[in-house]
Amino acid sequence: MSRQMTGARMVIEALRDQGVDTVFGYPGGAVLPIYDEIFQQNDIKHILVRHEQGAVHMAEGYARSTGKPGVVLVTSGPGATNAVTGLTDALMDSIPLVVLTGQVPTFLIGTDGFQEADTIGITRPCTKHNWLVKETDQLAATIHKAFHIATSGRPGPVLIDIPKDVQFATGDYVGPKQIETPSYQPAKKGDLATITRLVELMETAERPILYTGGGVINSGTGASQLLRELAEATGFPVTSTLMGLGAYPASGGKWIGMLGMHGLYEANMAMHDCDLMIAVGARFDDRITGRVADFSPGSVKAQIDIDPSSINKVIRVDLPIVGDVGHVLEDMLKIWKARGRKTNAEGVRKWWVQIEQWKAKNCLGYRGSDKVIKPQYALQRLQALTAARKPYITTEVGQHQMWAAQFLHFDDPNHWMTSGGLGTMGYGLPASIGAQVAHPEALVINVAGEASWLMNMQEMGTAVQFRAPVKQFILNNERLGMVRQWQQLLHGERYSQSWSESLPDFVKLAEAFGCKGRTVSDPADLDAAIQEMIDYDGPFILDVLVEKHENCFPMIPSGKPHNEMLLGEAATEGAITGAGAALV
Amino acid sequence: MAALNIQKGASSHSAYDLRDPNAEIIESHTLAVLVENEPGVLARVIGLFSGRGYNIDSLTVAEVDHLGHRSRITIVTRGTPAVIEQIKAQLGRIVPVHDVHDLTVEGRSVERELGLFKVAGKGEKRVEALRIAEIFRASVVDSTLESFVFEITGTSEKLDAFAELMRPLGLSDQARTGVAALARGA
Repeated sequence: MSRQMTGARMVIEALRDQGVDTVFGYPGGAVLPIYDEIFQQNDIKHILVRHEQGAVHMAEGYARSTGKPGVVLVTSGPGATNAVTGLTDALMDSIPLVVLTGQVPTFLIGTDGFQEADTIGITRPCTKHNWLVKETDQLAATIHKAFHIATSGRPGPVLIDIPKDVQFATGDYVGPKQIETPSYQPAKKGDLATITRLVELMETAERPILYTGGGVINSGTGASQLLRELAEATGFPVTSTLMGLGAYPASGGKWIGMLGMHGLYEANMAMHDCDLMIAVGARFDDRITGRVADFSPGSVKAQIDIDPSSINKVIRVDLPIVGDVGHVLEDMLKIWKARGRKTNAEGVRKWWVQIEQWKAKNCLGYRGSDKVIKPQYALQRLQALTAARKPYITTEVGQHQMWAAQFLHFDDPNHWMTSGGLGTMGYGLPASIGAQVAHPEALVINVAGEASWLMNMQEMGTAVQFRAPVKQFILNNERLGMVRQWQQLLHGERYSQSWSESLPDFVKLAEAFGCKGRTVSDPADLDAAIQEMIDYDGPFILDVLVEKHENCFPMIPSGKPHNEMLLGEAATEGAITGAGAALV
Repeated sequence: MAALNIQKGASSHSAYDLRDPNAEIIESHTLAVLVENEPGVLARVIGLFSGRGYNIDSLTVAEVDHLGHRSRITIVTRGTPAVIEQIKAQLGRIVPVHDVHDLTVEGRSVERELGLFKVAGKGEKRVEALRIAEIFRASVVDSTLESFVFEITGTSEKLDAFAELMRPLGLSDQARTGVAALARGA
């Protein structure tokens, strides 16, 4: 049965029917009718941000820490264009978002009206799908479709552009059950014959490895459970991409650490030398593969991915399995058990002996200091002092992000939120607020660099207004650390524009925002400072002054294969030469 | 590549340099893409090709099922076998795309293009143009004392050949539809 209502009311009704409890947004002329409806209800909480980019990253933090879609509401023109970075970020990292944008009234579209932008055109390449709704009668169905598309298959951001006259006009409301998407039918179950062939290979493999990614986390907690069961039952080592951390616990016996450009020595060596690689919801990003021609040359490769375009995009795989990670892992385990739970136990045992030898390199080793805080040490202390609270961690982008991935340990999915694909500086602070809003009682920490943090620092106002007690753990080296590291290794130590001059006093900044801050520079004071940050009842900025010239290792230089990592304080001058120097 | 000092065939290419300059064969494929006839669907398809650096040699689009809101896009594209596979997978990912058929690999198909050619000339050249048009079974759809417009349907190669012959005879303008294609048989 349909009900008549205005488009603006429909938006609220549809969000309510979709189970939405929180919207991140910023009002403006073209969404005023919807804001008027928000004013007149109490079911949906609205978090007023300070910049639309912040709204989208908050929604990402909300989505990734809950597994539910994040919802954003912004106005036309600049509201929509400010959301573009967040949309692209969510597309690259497969985060389900529903973004609602206001638009000038239909009769003004195309006239270069005030705050008009071609939002659909601009966001077409950075959304999974988008719609301009020109009839109020279509609005409710479109919103329900949007939620379905954002959350199913390979998740991603979708956008609905709603002209102001469509918000004012009256139309028929339809509920979520009455929608169909005939052209969009993502596969869930993998091909059983191919899964059986993979199981056969698992039974004989001498040097198997599970290479897991964000797809495991997107598939839901059930998929993480199945991954754990599979690893324990087979004894196969597990490595993960940056996006997949937490799917298999860092405290688990089969964990060999993150792989990739700044991954662990043992993980990268195992990827290079394995004879059976099982990619589970991971897409062979260039940060993972290094030099493609020399990527894991001796292995049979199987890939489980819900997105057919992820398969054979970068690396040719021998066994492609298109399906949802959870469903495929379930079938894999079922078939493997039915066939007698066989593995090449002797081969796998020797493989672990080899892995232990690689582990003995202690690739995360660094030179400690009692005079200056080493960033690695700061993260080790953060890990030690917060692990019991199972914190939600977000990061910005750069060295601190890689150190956080290396030194913090994640035992559960959905507790680690970082901008992996797009590498968006300014992601972490708003994402931490989004995660905190979703989990008001939890400890939420943004591990940041001072330069990234400044990019969206206005959102501290949001944190204070909504009493989100997010902890900003800033590793302050007064440098764009990763840029500086590359300039040292690649550009003859010419540090072009990679220092942060005229930094604000972060303690005074915290006070100005109405929260608390502290600076710490002496390693002896670090624990007390971290404890104060955790204990403080409210948002807190901890400005940790760290060693200014520390480099992040291990590192696979651009254009090199996995087995040519740079380790620690090794001679790094001239490490990247020739073609590698041209790569990002 | 020259500016970046990367040698052709250098072994140190990474994921950014997936094209192997030494080996792979460039193939031409004709793809039939059935789409929901909704606003912007063509822009999505074209944006995919430009955004990911794929080639379009020819593209045609028209509604084929008015009641079912279906349009058919026929694309002729070029690339290595891996790139062609990736193009098909990426097209399939677009939400309003129903089906992607690679007519080049899915059995035999019929490909046709329609062209209009304006040939201006007098005397001998005019007679010769008309004679060649007859051989190609082109029909005259407009005629003045100093010009013809010929309509011709056939493969792209046939239209190329016709244009080539008409050029010295006064070919002054041409319009071509691009390729439409269907699989043969039931």
